[in-house]
Amino acid sequence: MRKWIIAAFMIAAVAGCASTGSEDVAPVDDKAAAATAPGTGATTSGTTTAPIGGASGVPGTPGGGAASATAAAALKDPRNILSKRSIYFDFDQFTVKDEYKAIVEAHAKYLQANRGARAIIQGNTDERGTREYNIALGQKRADAVKNLMLLLGATEIQIETVSFGKEKPRREGRDESSWAENRRADIVHAGE
Amino acid sequence: MVLAAAPARAQLTIEIVGGAGTTVPIAIVPFENESTWALGISGIVAADLQRSGLFRQVSEAGIVPRPSRAEDVKLGDFRARGADAVVVGSMRPLPDGRVEVRFALLDAVKQTQLAAMTYVVTPPQFRATAHKIADVIYEKLTGDAGVFSTRIAYITRQGGRFELIVADADGSNPQAIVGSNEPLLSPAWSPDGSRIAYVSLENRKPVIYVQSTATGQRQVLANFRGSNSAPAWSPDGRRLAVTLTKDGGSQIFLINADGTGVQRLLSSGGIDTEASFTPDGKALLFSSDRGGSPQIYRLTIATGAVERMTFEGGHNVSPRATPDGKGFVFVRRDGGRFMIAIQDYATRQVQLLTPGPLDESPSIAPNSKLIIYAAQQGQRGILAGVSSDGRVKQRLVSPAADVREPAWGPLPR
Repeated sequence: MRKWIIAAFMIAAVAGCASTGSEDVAPVDDKAAAATAPGTGATTSGTTTAPIGGASGVPGTPGGGAASATAAAALKDPRNILSKRSIYFDFDQFTVKDEYKAIVEAHAKYLQANRGARAIIQGNTDERGTREYNIALGQKRADAVKNLMLLLGATEIQIETVSFGKEKPRREGRDESSWAENRRADIVHAGE
Repeated sequence: MVLAAAPARAQLTIEIVGGAGTTVPIAIVPFENESTWALGISGIVAADLQRSGLFRQVSEAGIVPRPSRAEDVKLGDFRARGADAVVVGSMRPLPDGRVEVRFALLDAVKQTQLAAMTYVVTPPQFRATAHKIADVIYEKLTGDAGVFSTRIAYITRQGGRFELIVADADGSNPQAIVGSNEPLLSPAWSPDGSRIAYVSLENRKPVIYVQSTATGQRQVLANFRGSNSAPAWSPDGRRLAVTLTKDGGSQIFLINADGTGVQRLLSSGGIDTEASFTPDGKALLFSSDRGGSPQIYRLTIATGAVERMTFEGGHNVSPRATPDGKGFVFVRRDGGRFMIAIQDYATRQVQLLTPGPLDESPSIAPNSKLIIYAAQQGQRGILAGVSSDGRVKQRLVSPAADVREPAWGPLPR
């Protein structure tokens, strides 16, 4: 199961490299949300890649969100704005630009209409800057998208924001177009 | 995947690329009998001292017979060759299979003996013994503790594979203690060297783990809602400062080393992260954008008082308090270049130590004299070293595709 998730994730990452701005949705491992409470000292050893501990993964599980099958299908429909997941940012900037507000609003309305649904927003940065400071910058981008979604109808419990900093670039190039592609927050719905 | 110390393929080799202004000329005479074993001692001692950039090897060739005891050394012979210091030694097999290693360090100028020690060890301990001898010589001749017996940790990336490696300070004996298909970052040694805290994205978000370097057993330190990153140990090893986003924003918390007792330390509307304890444990340096641009601040833990530390430059991050308590090393962005710099508390003087363009993740040796950091060479990440006065420059060469996130371990106890 875990192997499959990793394999699926790698495919998603490769697909993301090929088509700029298109859906780059990594599957969410719902099991990450089960297991132990944070910081309680869950101990593992040995040779597993399974996530250990963690009340995070997807907030408010089990089940990873209770959206109807029709609603969930809308997320995957390439003609639906909900299939768009990436919000791009300018260098050193954290404000959601007007051109992306329709996408953010669509996802906010989706969460408003499906109160059982959950989402993670993953913030990313370009490679310039130190790793840890970029984790904080990516977090600020994810938070900016979340805060807008809260204004537009989503609720706090539905959205977890996390940051990959510069650790998971969609494009590895050392040029402005690669950097621009990596200054991004991605909306990932539970179960994906 | 947590590995039980699997040997890593990628060993670092350290090259000196710039030397100190003055170096101590030293003659290291091959130890008596050392050719009996595949791995001698004197060669490792000489390599350690040479790598520090503070010593210059003087050949003992032509001095016959080669002395192996202090009383046999004719210091005039070495003075004539320009040596200020002389090291002699011997190795003698004992009936139980162990080996007696003796060495003496002589000051050829003052004509005195500076040190003499005897170690009884097994052949697998030869390398460690040589590092201990080099530490004694370094300390006697420079006045600073030697760091040849310490270890370093770093992260390698080969394709999509990340490993957390622990190696001796000279790059030998690399062991992978964590392997993952997702990024690893921010390794931090516990003050006693028994554990390493690090951040892993294997759970599709930053989560902090603490892992034993000896057994490989690991524990979740912080896996709260949001991101969990930037672990820094308190000097007593009981707590860590971490950056959590669970309450909104990136904010600094204290947490016990077993993951209990989370306590928020700071409260700002912006980013607070990259905490580093001062050696007395009473204050934290951290980076914050509370003033508009990223700058370095110091929090006095008992009072909650926060003082801004950096004023020059529009972007100063990644502070690391030096173990001698005199200042801190950090990363400055200037004109698009990221460079390692050092600032003195008393004078507020800043010295740029490296040229960039993408230097980051500085980690300071326990004697405060050398800084290891991550740099870019072409498209690949490499590790480099620079002395805290900026004079000695080292490059740590690895066959791995990408090396990053160095962390210097503590002095052995």
